[in-house]
Amino acid sequence: MLDVNKLIQGDRRTAAKIITLIENDGEGKQELLSRIYPHTGRAHVIGVTGSPGAGKSSLTDELIKQARRHNFKVGVIAVDPTSPISGGALLGDRIRMQEHALDKGVFIRSMGTRGCLGGLARATKDVVKVLDAYGCQVIIIETVGVGQSELDIMHYADTTLVVLTPGAGDHIQTIKAGIMEIADIFIINKSDLGNTKRIVTDIEQMLDMSPRYKSSWRPPVIETSTVTKDGIENLWSLIRRHFESTRSSGELRETVRNRVCMELMEMVEDELRRHLWGYLNQNGSLNGLLDDLADRKADPYTESRKLVERFLNIKNKH
Amino acid sequence: MARKIRVLVAKPGLDGHDRGARVIARGLRDAGMEVVYTGLHQTPEQIVEAAIQEDVDVVGLSILSGAHMTLIPKVTELLRENGAGDIIVIGGGTIPEADVKALKEGGWAAELFTPGTPLETIVEWIYEHVKVD
Repeated sequence: MLDVNKLIQGDRRTAAKIITLIENDGEGKQELLSRIYPHTGRAHVIGVTGSPGAGKSSLTDELIKQARRHNFKVGVIAVDPTSPISGGALLGDRIRMQEHALDKGVFIRSMGTRGCLGGLARATKDVVKVLDAYGCQVIIIETVGVGQSELDIMHYADTTLVVLTPGAGDHIQTIKAGIMEIADIFIINKSDLGNTKRIVTDIEQMLDMSPRYKSSWRPPVIETSTVTKDGIENLWSLIRRHFESTRSSGELRETVRNRVCMELMEMVEDELRRHLWGYLNQNGSLNGLLDDLADRKADPYTESRKLVERFLNIKNKH
Repeated sequence: MARKIRVLVAKPGLDGHDRGARVIARGLRDAGMEVVYTGLHQTPEQIVEAAIQEDVDVVGLSILSGAHMTLIPKVTELLRENGAGDIIVIGGGTIPEADVKALKEGGWAAELFTPGTPLETIVEWIYEHVKVD
């Protein structure tokens, strides 16, 4: 059933099944992804983030329409929070996008965060690859409604949109660290409600103070309304312009290199941790040490270094 | 990592009463399932396409319009046509006993829950019938 060739030919059931296997950390995941990897790296990945109720899903719906007007095949990953109590999730972003359900050029997948705290699910970055190999030229990732520091999206999107609404905070909010620093485009959504001037001015002032925008892409601040459709077309052309501009300046290449570096390190760490835990747990040697640490007869600062040294010595001998 | 049961809760047809569907969605969430809710006024085609893309184990149809004898078989038929006949179809709503019998015997729905069914009954049914391999 899980045939990478069928995925590349655009079989949607295969795409859906592969995504499930990845989400569940199922058997053969690594091998599957290593076969998918060569077919990825082509899509323009757009991240949509912002606080709950800012209008991310409705904007995503509008972006799907724009992308389809330009004949791009579109993938959407909509992330909603998993309950830390039950482990269940109510995935409701699709409600706003259902008019695209019958369009064969649109594939929408909802994901629960499953314990991940950065605004995305752990599997999101790999699901992006599946949709990329499936042939999506534009992939939109909608994060959970975020606060100030769920910033994982900045690592996985080529273009990050931060969605705000009129009256969202005062001058101080715009100079805090965190989400206000990761935008490639600021969107003041719900502009039909009026009162947008102040937040636009605040953000522009914040940008004026950042030296790094003097030489590279300065995030535009744009007002949109999904009710009146004001600003939507302009938003789409800005998104594409950002992609083209960062691609020709070499910035995108640098972003991609940082992304693969981070992914590689994560995988190396996972692999190491697996080996290390296997070694530490093999003869129950940890039990005595844990008692010593609890009784303050030993300290974890010294012991951790000793353990790793012993582990590395054994590995060297093999 | 444990596999999670995924359920699509959908409201086909024209009736606008989704309180029941939302209560069920919430109940399944609290039972540890991932619930995709697609909102009101969905066509069978939209429901089936969403079920395929979301790769759900179960499609739960909430119908209070009286059109269950048309809508439920249509969803099941489209799932089969799209090679997704393994997705379990269940339904809920104001469905007369004779229709419940006809839909189940005809193979159009695996189970139907009528008003007054406790949430736990539905949760248990799903846990019993979805193969968690």
